[in-house]
Amino acid sequence: MFGMHRHRIGRLSFQRLCQLVFAVFINGYAAGFQKGKIYTGKSKAFCVPVLNCYSCPGALGACPIGSLQTVLGGMGHHVPFYVLGMLMLFGILLGRAACGLLCPFGLVQDLLYKIPAPKIKVPLKADKPARYLKYLILLITVILLPLFAADKTGIAPPYFCKYICPAGTLEGGIPLLLTNESLRSAAGALFSWKLLVLLVVVFASVCIHRPFCRYLCPLGAFYALFQRFSFFQLHLDTEKCIGCKKCERSCPMAVEVTKNINSPECIRCGKCRAVCPTEAITLGKHQK
Amino acid sequence: MKTKRLMVSIGILALSVLFIGIGVVNKEHMEVMQKAVMVCLECIGIG
Repeated sequence: MFGMHRHRIGRLSFQRLCQLVFAVFINGYAAGFQKGKIYTGKSKAFCVPVLNCYSCPGALGACPIGSLQTVLGGMGHHVPFYVLGMLMLFGILLGRAACGLLCPFGLVQDLLYKIPAPKIKVPLKADKPARYLKYLILLITVILLPLFAADKTGIAPPYFCKYICPAGTLEGGIPLLLTNESLRSAAGALFSWKLLVLLVVVFASVCIHRPFCRYLCPLGAFYALFQRFSFFQLHLDTEKCIGCKKCERSCPMAVEVTKNINSPECIRCGKCRAVCPTEAITLGKHQK
Repeated sequence: MKTKRLMVSIGILALSVLFIGIGVVNKEHMEVMQKAVMVCLECIGIG
């Protein structure tokens, strides 16, 4: 079918290739998986642009959301200029393209959705308000609780990482517990809870495309705030568009592509561009 | 409108670079690294 094989390199789509290369690039410390230890080199001072637990044995950089909570919840409770600057830089350069092209947990969800199973189209009445949940998670668990809910030591735990983040469980918790007897023996109710959260996201990802990105990811919420002004923009040529809606049917985030192609929910995966029969969707600079 | 949006984008870009610079001068990147080189027990569900 015309358009279906565009934007592919060999058998892989451009998106899949980006995702795989970046996942390997930021988790390249292979020895960590073997030894059951995490990387301790200087590159861990750099925040990666995606949700990638720094306790993943292979992680070579720092998770920006984990880092933000660490600085906000630390003894100084000072403005996190460095982490905030890194997040703003990624946000303004990429918008949510980091979600669609680079995030390893996004890749996991994409692959899970390929499993043959009944697919659920979330009703608009439930979907629209649920999209705001990720902003609440960003505000409450990533910003407010670390700022105001410290423990007796005066340091606040990373609440999102501790109670919600399934990427941490998948990338850090499971590999480390599998290779470390001492950590395994220390696992208790919290690990059971985090495993449950991960399993819910995994099963949901089989039926709904990218449920974590749609409803729960605080990093996606942060980048969405910059989407309108980011340098990474898409353009829909309304003269070429024939209204076939193939773009909307292919969109993993259920964006109304023809109405708002630069929606804060768009993760710039490129699927709409690949399926458009008239090549009406292009990468563009700022439009009116 | 297009120019205004571009100016905002460039402004945010400049601000982000400024923030990173301030953070590096304050050695905040070392604070990030200190956390990142230790196993985050909360992150992996140990608490």
